[in-house]
Amino acid sequence: MTLPATDLETHAAPPVEGEATVTKVVGRSPMQLAIMRFRKDKLSMIAFAVVAIYFLGALAAPFLVHFGVLDPNTPHNTGKDNLLDEFTLPKGSWGGISWHHWLGVEPGIGRDVLSRVWYGVTFSLVIALSATIITVGLGAIFGIIAGASRGLVDSAIGRLIDLILSFPQTLMLLALSPLFIAILTDKLHVPDGDKANGLYVILILGFFGWPYVARIVRGQVLSIREREFIEAAKLMGASRMRLYFKEILPNLWAPLLVSFTITMPTYISAEAALNYLGVGIKPPTPTLGNVLTGSINYSQNDFFFFFFPAFLIMVIVVSFNLLGDGLRDALDPKGHR
Amino acid sequence: MFAFIVRRVIAGVIMLIVMSLVTFLLFFASPVDPAQFACGKNCSPAIKEQTRKALGYQKPAVEQWKDFMVGIFKGRDYPDDPALRKAAPQLVAHCPAPCFGYSVLNSKTVNEEIKRAFPITLSLAVFALILWLLGGVALGCIAALTKGSFIDRGLVGISLVLYAFPTFFIGLILLKFVSIKWGLWDKPEYTSIADGGVFSWLSNLFLPAVTLAVVFMAAYVRMTRAFVLEAMSEDYIRTANAKGLSKGRVLVKHTLRGALTPIVTMAGLDFAGLLAGAIITEYVFNFNGLGKLVVDANRTYDLPTIIGTVVLAATFVIVANIVVDLLYAVIDPRVRVA
Repeated sequence: MTLPATDLETHAAPPVEGEATVTKVVGRSPMQLAIMRFRKDKLSMIAFAVVAIYFLGALAAPFLVHFGVLDPNTPHNTGKDNLLDEFTLPKGSWGGISWHHWLGVEPGIGRDVLSRVWYGVTFSLVIALSATIITVGLGAIFGIIAGASRGLVDSAIGRLIDLILSFPQTLMLLALSPLFIAILTDKLHVPDGDKANGLYVILILGFFGWPYVARIVRGQVLSIREREFIEAAKLMGASRMRLYFKEILPNLWAPLLVSFTITMPTYISAEAALNYLGVGIKPPTPTLGNVLTGSINYSQNDFFFFFFPAFLIMVIVVSFNLLGDGLRDALDPKGHR
Repeated sequence: MFAFIVRRVIAGVIMLIVMSLVTFLLFFASPVDPAQFACGKNCSPAIKEQTRKALGYQKPAVEQWKDFMVGIFKGRDYPDDPALRKAAPQLVAHCPAPCFGYSVLNSKTVNEEIKRAFPITLSLAVFALILWLLGGVALGCIAALTKGSFIDRGLVGISLVLYAFPTFFIGLILLKFVSIKWGLWDKPEYTSIADGGVFSWLSNLFLPAVTLAVVFMAAYVRMTRAFVLEAMSEDYIRTANAKGLSKGRVLVKHTLRGALTPIVTMAGLDFAGLLAGAIITEYVFNFNGLGKLVVDANRTYDLPTIIGTVVLAATFVIVANIVVDLLYAVIDPRVRVA
């Protein structure tokens, strides 16, 4: 990440007269200071590591599946390879954990749990990440326009935000799904099934999510627009587009980054919750949501199978939240926890 | 102050009108024929045509919205056909004002459905609100008073972990394990006060209310903690301590007073959102509240029920926004001047 030249101030301490020991005075950019603060915060560093592993794992899964290391689709319920007992529950304790199946096999048809969950992480990452990018992108655009322009435009966007936030979200996500999936498949020729279902979740989460980001961004822009460099750019005859996206936007990366890390986990949970209500990508394509939903019927007989996806979602969501807190503290030294 | 209320209410009414119009445009923008769903799977073209007419689906969305708005103030007949009403009054369903629509699938007005479902949702929302407010504020205070200690970290951590599990997972654990497998609590089935008395009403609501409270509580713990910590370094708290007030009095009367405004704001909006139906919780515990009503309506694509509930739910949120703004003025004297 690079900072625009306008914002690079060096915080060099003034030399102290008469001091015997020579302490080396180092100039540090706000960015370096933020990174230093962040590194000192152990909890945030752990959260950062978990989030990094999450992204890398999700990235690796398709390759692992391609090369046959992960196998989310082969059933193990017949012949010599039968890992299930007569009740179609996995043989052995802890959901049939073995050297070949680190997290056991699925009750019912005996697919490998680790493969399904791991590959499921990838699909829920794709959904959550795309929706988050749309949310933060739209939020930034509308927030900047609202904050930078006074009067009618500002209040029009304000009312639009109020309007969208007044809709009951879960209900709308649920109720609009048959309609908009039909629009996607009939009018926009998106292939039916996973693609249409996934795209619907992404678009609708993005649509109902951006107002929250826009509100935060608008608040920040209100103070940025009073600064001298904006005045200077205006006097030099900068176009509105340049003002918005070249002058204001680069100064917003900190709140946008924080918004990103706190929006992402809500969408990972939302994907799971929507799947529970029947909206989203359906099996056999695994997502964290549909693996968890599929395990509900076995919750009492094979608790581990039920618990693991939920536990994973919890770890990811907690890590993102802690990371968001850590970033906020590191980037804004005035705020204290 | 009066001008402020008037302005706020007018803005709210305009918002309501726009919101209902947008709802209609959204739901009728699709290539799906709503009449197809209105009478189930095996629908003959004749019946389809009849439902279409009865519900007014052949008209453009804006026309339908107009009919809907008229229905709210004057009531509506389904189908709206004076000749038919004269000839065969038993074929026409009357929906008195304020009419939120008519569900052909259930042959009931949407009002009747909402009237049945709403008390359940309301009970659940109120109980959950009390639980998470009490829990959130109390735990937030404890965390703030023991700042940096093991207790503080434990409380904030546990509330975050509980919040991070999917809602339906928490609900299912409470239902399938705490209640069914271990038998620690009777399986919740909604009974109204009239049917089973206050105690049974409360005890049946307890597990679902806990599920909801757990989800919302984390935010309140953190917010209370932050505000109490901030207030504790203020001069007026030092003054209150210096003049010898008891610790409890300082906490409740002085420290928490400052945190009241943001807590009330957040609680008001969360509560209004819940009145639209705690969809997931009601679905897990099989409570026939508004949330379950919508999930079921969505499964059969019962459009009038969906639209009626959406409009009602959005109305709650808009009204809650106005109420919260007014409460501001009551709680915080500084607002009254502005």
